[in-house]
Amino acid sequence: MLSAPAALSTDGRPQRPIESRLEMSRRSFLQFCATLATTLGLPKGAEAAMAQAMEAAQRPSVIWLHFQECTGCTESMLRAEHPTLEKLILDVISLDYHETLFAAAGHQVEAARKAAMERHKGKYLLVVEGAIPTRDGGIYCKVGNQTAIELTRECAKDAAAVIAIGSCASWGGMPATDPNPTGAVGVGKILDKPVVTIPGCPPNPYNFLATVVHFLTFGSLPPVDAQGRPLFAYSRLVHENCERRAHYDAGRFALAFGDDGHRKGYCLYKLGCKGPETYANCPTVLFGDAGAGTWPVGCGHPCIGCTEEGVGFSKPIHMLAKVKNVEPPALYPAIHEPQGQGATLGSAAVLAAVAGAAAGAGAMFARNLGKQHAAADTAAKPAQREDA
Amino acid sequence: MTEHIHVAPAPVGGRLLTPVTFTCGVLILAALAILAVRFVLGLGAVTHLNDGYPWGIWVVADVVIGSAFACGGFSIAMLVYIFNKGEYHPLVRPALLASLFGYTLAGVGVIFDLGRWWNFWHILSPAYASPNSVMFEVALCISLYIVVMWIEFSPTFMEKWGMRDARRKLNKVMFFFIALGTVLPMMHQSSLGSLLIVFGTQIHPLWQTMLLPLIFLLSAITIGYAVVLFESCLAAAGYRRSIEMHLLTPLAKIMLGVLAVFMIVRFGDLLWRGALGHAFAANLQAFMFWLETACFLSPFVLLRSEVQRRNPARLFIGGALLMLGGVLLRINAFLVGYDTGTGWSYFPSVPELLVTFGMFAIEVLGYIVITRRFPVLPREDAPPTATPAALRAATR
Repeated sequence: MLSAPAALSTDGRPQRPIESRLEMSRRSFLQFCATLATTLGLPKGAEAAMAQAMEAAQRPSVIWLHFQECTGCTESMLRAEHPTLEKLILDVISLDYHETLFAAAGHQVEAARKAAMERHKGKYLLVVEGAIPTRDGGIYCKVGNQTAIELTRECAKDAAAVIAIGSCASWGGMPATDPNPTGAVGVGKILDKPVVTIPGCPPNPYNFLATVVHFLTFGSLPPVDAQGRPLFAYSRLVHENCERRAHYDAGRFALAFGDDGHRKGYCLYKLGCKGPETYANCPTVLFGDAGAGTWPVGCGHPCIGCTEEGVGFSKPIHMLAKVKNVEPPALYPAIHEPQGQGATLGSAAVLAAVAGAAAGAGAMFARNLGKQHAAADTAAKPAQREDA
Repeated sequence: MTEHIHVAPAPVGGRLLTPVTFTCGVLILAALAILAVRFVLGLGAVTHLNDGYPWGIWVVADVVIGSAFACGGFSIAMLVYIFNKGEYHPLVRPALLASLFGYTLAGVGVIFDLGRWWNFWHILSPAYASPNSVMFEVALCISLYIVVMWIEFSPTFMEKWGMRDARRKLNKVMFFFIALGTVLPMMHQSSLGSLLIVFGTQIHPLWQTMLLPLIFLLSAITIGYAVVLFESCLAAAGYRRSIEMHLLTPLAKIMLGVLAVFMIVRFGDLLWRGALGHAFAANLQAFMFWLETACFLSPFVLLRSEVQRRNPARLFIGGALLMLGGVLLRINAFLVGYDTGTGWSYFPSVPELLVTFGMFAIEVLGYIVITRRFPVLPREDAPPTATPAALRAATR
């Protein structure tokens, strides 16, 4: 079981109110908490608990390792704006080791990492960004003369929780693409403890942040799926909430980039969109804080399935996705249903012949009945006369 | 019930294999062959149905029209048992027989049209019941009514096979089944109209109205009387018997009365809704509307006076035209007046038509076989209004 981090404020000075530390209004701060609670799908009241947890200045120590990657995850985190994430990272958490953001270098930094690990033993969060090479003893990625494997195992040993950020750390991602010369794998492969993965290339910063704040607030990591992905963000297919879904259901597809359907915003499935086989919350939380419609599919590019092992970086972008939820079985109606043909010569002829035959037979029958009736009448009349 | 003494029914007798029954047999075999293909390869292999027209001639002709034609039993039973017109009692059994076949085949015909026909038993399972559905009401009522009708008709078989005790026991509770047999058709014949209300604006305003249940019920009752006229004339000619004119002439008058109520409701509704203007547009719907109306109005001309109502030829034509009017009302409301959007069209395929003809052939063949072998029609050699002595002689 994971335990809640203790109050980790170490500088000894009285804390300023959090909104002043984050350089945002109280209102914006509470809105931020509410947004995160909603992202996590938590019940009402959770946003207050989060605000309290962050205000209590329980700054958990975070050690952030970089291996085979492009630093895109960090870059995307730095560009989040509600609030700016570097403020949050520096102020809400105690980022004790991060190669990109540290001004210091060399032995000084390695000493800071070791000191933080010692001081917050069993309480710090380990975040890993990038894949870990395993071929030839893992010599293809070394920091401070330690291989990625050694570093990860060393840091994970006393960590309260391990979070793998990005597709590379989650399962190998781009570096693990065939033929995978370095034998790159995800963090989970070399550790024997549970790893929460936040795949994506880069992942949505708020999914990472919500996971961290969940840990901060409730002392545990959110529920995850079989791949270690938090369910609040990765339990639905992109396809399920896609803004272009109605076009898919109606059979309206863009067939080439820039064609008429593409300009009209039709479904990108036939351009190879992997939304139907990729679990992520992109259509609901969007990306990059740039307003409505700003996520790959919203901008007109098919989803490449970056959060899905075996899809992102494995399947070619133009390849058709395997539709996971509503793959149309043979019994479902086709997109273009036959609308029916009018009367055929044969059917009209059969119907007309039968109707004609029935009408003729009816007429003849009625004529005979009439004749019999007339005969009976004339036979009855003389009889009546005789009676009279 | 007023005591009326009638001739006991008796089998007509005679050969079963005639040109008519042979033709029916051939038509039935053709229909069965097509149905075999349909059940194995699906609706698309045989019919011209499509997503826009999921209901074709099998639903409209076999079920909706078939069950309306089968209202003879219900209409006559209502006349005899509810309005206490006991003199029409001899017409009950033959009318009931026609109804029996009409309804049983309508019930079976539904299965042909079910896409996943192997689930047809869901209709009868309470676990699958959806009590708020019109379709459910129709399905349940029709299946119950089929059972009730077989019970109502069972004395015929009991007499033939000498099951006297069973016959006596059944007689004690028969009133219950007769009551059910009157209520159930009222419910589902009106619901067949309600089905169309659910279609909303897809049905042409000439036929789409909240009064559809009443219109369908009234037309079904008049068709019931028309069918009795039609069938009595045919049976009399086919078996070379005398036509029961003493019953049919007053029956025709009753039919005209119900028909008048129907026409008032039909046109009153059109006027009140302001939809009559659509009848003067130059399109297929307006043409079919007038064809339908002409068929419904013709009996008033053909059978306008007592003298004309004594002429069996006029009774036959009047009955047939009224039936045709009922057919057109249903075809117009379900198919001609149905527009589900541009591009969709439907016309029955030859195999579809053959199955429908086969269904009607089963009814004709069944009617012939049962009247020839079982006591349904009144015994012919006795005088129409028999004395108790003659009755005893006839039943000996």
